[in-house]
Amino acid sequence: MAELKIPVDDEAVIRELKVGDFVELTGRMITGRDAAHKWLLEEPREDVAPYMKGTMIYQCGPVVRKNPDGSYVFVAAGPTTSIREEPYEADVICQYGLRGVIGKGGMGQKTLDGLGRCGAVYLHAVGGAAQVLANSVTKVERVFMLEEFGVPEALWVIHVERFPVMVTMDSHGQSLHRVVEAESRRKLEELLGLETL
Amino acid sequence: MVDPDRLTETFLEMIRRASTELPADVVEALDKGREAERRDSLAEKALVTILDNVDLARQKVAPICQDTGTPVMWIHHPIGVSTRVLEKAMVDAVRQATARQFLRPNAVDTLTGKNTGVGTGRGIPFLHFEEWDSPDIEVRMILKGGGSENVGAQYKLPDNALGAGRDLEGVRRVLLDAVFQAQGKGCSPGTLGVCIGGDRVSGYEESKRQLLRPLPDVNPVPELAELEARVLKEGNELGVGPMGFGGRTTLLGVKVGVLDRLPACYFVTISYLCWAGRRAGVRIGEGGDVTWLS
Ligand code: SF4
Repeated sequence: MAELKIPVDDEAVIRELKVGDFVELTGRMITGRDAAHKWLLEEPREDVAPYMKGTMIYQCGPVVRKNPDGSYVFVAAGPTTSIREEPYEADVICQYGLRGVIGKGGMGQKTLDGLGRCGAVYLHAVGGAAQVLANSVTKVERVFMLEEFGVPEALWVIHVERFPVMVTMDSHGQSLHRVVEAESRRKLEELLGLETL
Repeated sequence: MVDPDRLTETFLEMIRRASTELPADVVEALDKGREAERRDSLAEKALVTILDNVDLARQKVAPICQDTGTPVMWIHHPIGVSTRVLEKAMVDAVRQATARQFLRPNAVDTLTGKNTGVGTGRGIPFLHFEEWDSPDIEVRMILKGGGSENVGAQYKLPDNALGAGRDLEGVRRVLLDAVFQAQGKGCSPGTLGVCIGGDRVSGYEESKRQLLRPLPDVNPVPELAELEARVLKEGNELGVGPMGFGGRTTLLGVKVGVLDRLPACYFVTISYLCWAGRRAGVRIGEGGDVTWLS
């Protein structure tokens, strides 16, 4: 699979994505991690909502440089561990009309159900690939809650070009993480000559 | 007499190398992994991205990963060189490296949750001093990332569920379990640093020290060399793959050390080093001449 333009107007495009697909994202998305997820659900955030509809939330605490003219540049931008947002993510997706989440390590059943219900995907970025991913960020459009949350936790509206991600949870209830875990467990039991762990 | 400012400058350069230049043997192992994966698989894509990232970091002189981890350092010094002078020079170097963005401010006050902002804090960096007979000062270090630190583990043998007794077969069993438990969460493919024996403190220290060994290094103890090779092979057979996407490259290396133990205890301690296995070192001669180690 080649490029996916975001935001995505048509839900069918997202429904077509399957676990195992490699996708390159081009367009506009938003970052958010722990503080942002909690804040987004405290009450509807009208000013941020238009920047979330139809696009992806990137779970990332970037390193950001401020230029003398006041603009920002992403210096390093790898994904953070997703499972911490498990209590919030399905609700954030469905309330704000997100079409996807980008992070690392995969998420749980509640999020998987949310992906199916609201037509979204979980995209896995390569953990630690801070430079490649920062390089795909072509522009920082604006930022929300910078003062209150600080640089890593703020919500950054960014433009990306050919941002590489892997679909590891889709909108049809499939999760690569579950499959790999089950298969490696079977292999472990075989290597150790155990019945069932 | 060593000049503290020169020391700080040299240590800063060592940290820059660690954070921005991945050692050649690690790059080679990642590249071999890429070749072993199926064409167009997610595993292959992940390794290609990782290798591109390593190149880019070197070119831009920027951190390979934004989590620059804990600097863990082993310092050998001659008789008569003050460890307090060395410690101060190293702490200054870590602060300067942080100010120059070779390191991220990575020390958080555990009680208040506030970042110290300077890259150093209580217990950070972690320094281990040893006096030796040589007139040189030698430092070897790793940057140990948080995601990989979270998947480290300490097993207590016997472990009935795993059928692991107090012998090398038992060690093999818990090591494979640790690789399974980690899945891709420590940013696989990774390297296992292992200590058999010791106590709960010394075990972790030795397991990290094992991570200083270059990947091609063969254990001088034949049984351990065999164990390392076997767990490397079988760990990869688990099929967890890069980032846990499934695939053939789960481990880059297994390095095992041994400490003596109490009769009542048999610990197996594992430190998992992520693909960003950032290692560096330096040797400073009596006359101040500097040799870079990797
Ligand atoms: S585990 Fe390693 S590669 Fe992954 S985010 Fe942490 S430091 Fe970076």
